[in-house]
Amino acid sequence: MSALARPGAGPAPATRGVPPQGRFSSYVHRSAAAGRLAVQPRMGFADLATMREGLREVRDADATSIGTITLDSYTRVNDHDSARAALRTGAELNGFPLVAHGERATRELLESVSGRDFPVQVRHGSALPQPLFRAMVAAGVDATEGGPVSYCLPYSRAPIAKAVSAWAECCELIAEQPDPMHLESFGGCMLGQLCPPSLLVALSVLETLFFREHGLHSISLSYAQQTHPGQDLEALAALRRLGGERLSGADWHVVLYTYMGVFPRTPIGSFRILEESVRLAVRSGTERLIVKTPAEAYRIPTIAENVNALEFAESIAEDEAAREPSFEATDTGIYEEARLLVDSTLELAPTVGEALVKAFSRGHLDVPFCLHQDNANKSRAYVDPRGMLRWAEPGRMPLNVKDFDARRPVSAQGLLGMLGFNERRFDREQLTRVHSRELLVGSGPRSLS
Amino acid sequence: MSQVMRPGKRFIVSSVSSDAHMWNLVFLQLLLEEHGAEVNNLGACVPDELIIDECLSTRPDALILSTVNGHGHLDGLRLIRKIRSEPALEDLRVVIGGKLGVRGAENIVYAEELALNGFDAVFEAGSGIERFEEFLGALESGPSRARPALAPVGAAA
Repeated sequence: MSALARPGAGPAPATRGVPPQGRFSSYVHRSAAAGRLAVQPRMGFADLATMREGLREVRDADATSIGTITLDSYTRVNDHDSARAALRTGAELNGFPLVAHGERATRELLESVSGRDFPVQVRHGSALPQPLFRAMVAAGVDATEGGPVSYCLPYSRAPIAKAVSAWAECCELIAEQPDPMHLESFGGCMLGQLCPPSLLVALSVLETLFFREHGLHSISLSYAQQTHPGQDLEALAALRRLGGERLSGADWHVVLYTYMGVFPRTPIGSFRILEESVRLAVRSGTERLIVKTPAEAYRIPTIAENVNALEFAESIAEDEAAREPSFEATDTGIYEEARLLVDSTLELAPTVGEALVKAFSRGHLDVPFCLHQDNANKSRAYVDPRGMLRWAEPGRMPLNVKDFDARRPVSAQGLLGMLGFNERRFDREQLTRVHSRELLVGSGPRSLS
Repeated sequence: MSQVMRPGKRFIVSSVSSDAHMWNLVFLQLLLEEHGAEVNNLGACVPDELIIDECLSTRPDALILSTVNGHGHLDGLRLIRKIRSEPALEDLRVVIGGKLGVRGAENIVYAEELALNGFDAVFEAGSGIERFEEFLGALESGPSRARPALAPVGAAA
């Protein structure tokens, strides 16, 4: 782990004046001040021994790493009995069943690996997470994530009003603790793809304002890599600027997620999309990155694959800090659009929670293609010929969509094409090269360079 | 598609109870609507009872289930047994498709069990959209369901 200066890299963290609270945030800010990008896997195993081994290997990786415990689907939907049954029978789970293991076992696990230089975050996906939050608080978890919109609309059938009261209760439970957990909004992801940047930025800001309203001070804003690095750079700058304007008095930072949509299928294609996300993080001054691995398109990655991805990210981060920028931010008005969505939503009700419920019920906020019964699903997005993610149809959102050419229905085939945009963008070069190598093999020995 | 479906068919599109994936459902809705169908899309993580209630109250031409989280062979089996135990839904056309297990290409092993328990067709990912479109085309050819005679209707519900 080398300390390095980051000449030419993005702006300094905008949280000067508010000291970091808790060891999760302290570690992130300490790394950022030393010019290092904090990197984190998505990793969860059902049994305690494998989970402990995974955390240890992430801790010992040659990277500025943070630990992650990703929970399983049963725990996500509060079906803790099924999770317990799976632990008894040894049936495979797709993550760590924290509630089923219980607070004592979880606390022992955390105490055996985590520390000042290795905080651990729990990632879950639960819309109604009260039992989980009680267990996390009792087990002394450093940080977790989610939100009343970001974990309700895409992953649950719970009414948004019910998720809002559940998350209010959870935030207040954290706030009452002597050493409160850090809470990250997942609002920058929304279905992983085809949600334009301004809405991702607005939802992330609105969720952190909701966390603030319920007494939290240590929070993070999120954004997921989309289809165009310049547009993503503009979005991250907008997110940071709005954070600076709206979260004064809080201890906050920004986390970027490596692409959450349909992933490249070739190993090189997937390392290239990860590489782009690392460069984006460094260039935008983002403090923390959650990586993906080449196994992503096929299955749950192994510990070794996660460690590889973290070490690869660390080396790209060092490289990016030392070089000239390879892409520029676009100027498409993401900040103005996001600010408009935030402000006009907040005007709808006296509290952030009520404003979110009202905004979705009116279609004032509307996540494109999202089938949740409380989402209007009138808005549409498309990937334009330059690879930028744009509005095709704003529905009833207060957006000025000028591009009327794009106002046409999306076909099934067109949807598949847009969903696979990044898969093709990053795999094409690799597949083309394989193709030309095959041709060359057919024509006798020649240099490939 | 080779055989054209007559417009005005009504479909229920749904995921199964444990599956939160949404894009597969959005795609199916668009595909069916392009062929003039009317689609009631129930979305992700739908409880069995809600699917059954919707089928009973709206009597669609077919129920289309799509699932990709690898639990389809479990959730789908439980659901089709419940559906076939409802006398009013014994003859409803019901199909399932997607990634039905976690074994990749070997998921095909689940197809037979699902069909024997009452699905009219099972489409494992990789079998191509053409087979599904053939199924849609065949919807024109009369009311008889091609379910095997030995299907134990409701036997294990």
